[in-house]
Amino acid sequence: MDINNITIKNALEGLKNKDFSSEELTSKYLERIKKIDKELNAFITVDEEGALNQAKKVDELIQSDEDIFEEKKLIGIPFGFKDLYSTKDLKTTAGSKIIDNYIPPYDATATKKLKDAGVVIIGKTNEDAWGHGSSGENSDLGPTRNPYDLTRVPGGSSSGSAAAVAANECLAATGTDTGSSVRLPAAFCNLVGLKPTYGRVSRYGIISMASSFDTIGHITKTVYDNAKILEVTAGRDEFDSTTPDIPVPCYTTALNENQGIKGLRIGISKEYYIEGVDKDVESLTLKAVKHFESMGAVVKNVSLPHTGYAMSCYYILVPAEISSNLARFDGIRFGKTRDQFGNEAKRRIMLGTYVLSSGYYDAYYEKAAKVRTLIKQDFENVFKEVDVLIVPSSPTLPFKIGEKTDDPLQMYLSDIFMCPINIAGIPSLNVPCGFVESLPVGMQIIGPQFSEELLYKVAYKYEQETEYYKIQPKI
Amino acid sequence: MKIDIKHVAKLANLPLTPEEEEKYGKELPKILDYFNKLNELDTQNVEPTFSVIDLSNVMRNDEVLPSLSQDEALKNAPKKENGLIKVETIFKK
Repeated sequence: MDINNITIKNALEGLKNKDFSSEELTSKYLERIKKIDKELNAFITVDEEGALNQAKKVDELIQSDEDIFEEKKLIGIPFGFKDLYSTKDLKTTAGSKIIDNYIPPYDATATKKLKDAGVVIIGKTNEDAWGHGSSGENSDLGPTRNPYDLTRVPGGSSSGSAAAVAANECLAATGTDTGSSVRLPAAFCNLVGLKPTYGRVSRYGIISMASSFDTIGHITKTVYDNAKILEVTAGRDEFDSTTPDIPVPCYTTALNENQGIKGLRIGISKEYYIEGVDKDVESLTLKAVKHFESMGAVVKNVSLPHTGYAMSCYYILVPAEISSNLARFDGIRFGKTRDQFGNEAKRRIMLGTYVLSSGYYDAYYEKAAKVRTLIKQDFENVFKEVDVLIVPSSPTLPFKIGEKTDDPLQMYLSDIFMCPINIAGIPSLNVPCGFVESLPVGMQIIGPQFSEELLYKVAYKYEQETEYYKIQPKI
Repeated sequence: MKIDIKHVAKLANLPLTPEEEEKYGKELPKILDYFNKLNELDTQNVEPTFSVIDLSNVMRNDEVLPSLSQDEALKNAPKKENGLIKVETIFKK
């Protein structure tokens, strides 16, 4: 088998037809990691022994039970897990120094569901510490590099997850998205990345960043693979009271329906096609919209008038929630003392504490919570007129390592087209839409709450005709 | 705008070096200035949003479920004694 050209879909077929074993598949990825990860730094922990043991167990199951592929939807598939996901007995650092020795005594719900579905956990992926960042450079354990250009960032905060999948170090990887953290790295690494509806996937056991924004997504090469994983992770969890009891569709079945794009109403919001956006990024996004039009979609200009206020709203509310969530790291029950927090975590703790402090709460926190209502209503109004929105994922191409590290505000602005989605709690899928020279460009397909099925259908038809996922990095 | 960095750090229980105090003392006002953009909006009659999904009063049955053993719960504690977590002295003798 050639791991450069394999997807979850055909890996499952290969395992089923006994073309190769899970152990062989897993070994290939482990070899690849040994060969290239020194350069890439996508993994914090590689669990070679655990992965091979799990692969052997999987192979026995496949030998003894033909129906196992129905029961365990991702059996034998090598995964990277973002290091914010609690994994029982496997070190979980959050990309931070404070808990770089922490061994969780339990699994996150998403971890448990994926384990029950038969995945092989290859290791834990690098990230901006605690999920704070857009480039991967805020990892306390060193930055990850972009496999398409090693001098550039892979996007963050799920930096290692994206780099690992793009560079064929695993078949899929988990992520979290509070303001861009699944979609931006997916965009910078030519991958499909889902930020689900808030509450669609349980947050239990995943180290919290900002609890009213955090969503639990994942990164894959193709739309089908992405949909397949959501079938496993989505749904009500009694350990997370923000997961509504809304049925989980069979997302991959919907992909095969014959109904095409004809009549789909696509919104173009002028607030996302503005001065300062890289011209090539904008033109590739609009080219994709034209492509949809040629497939029968109807394009409509719409307006989300409060978009310009989203960054301020986000960077008040999120640090406020961060400062509360990180208060639990006191070095008493686990981890090290608070002086060990990295620069960005300290900055956000200070900012969040300030906006919540006596005398400033009304001016900052409450004001931002009210603006949150306006931004959410913008989307609700627009989705009365159109089915989905298509906008650029990032205002720029993947930037150079070190380019924005000295200017926190510039770094925060990398999320400008993504954080409004988290403010409103709606889903968004990053889908590759081309290259500028050798650098990938992604677009977002955005829908109303719990419209993941529609987003996958739309993205799938486009991917079938463009197949950008076949363009591999040279590393 | 000037921020009392020492006061905020105390509220946050965050030990900062003098260099860090100076750094955040310069950076934070710049970021907060950017936020003033929100004052362009009249939000007098707008309700704040604290949760984006429509759920309230989610309860579970009040029954004991399996939980971590004492050993598991203590496994990561840096200092422990007799099955308890050891903390710094709070009261002086």
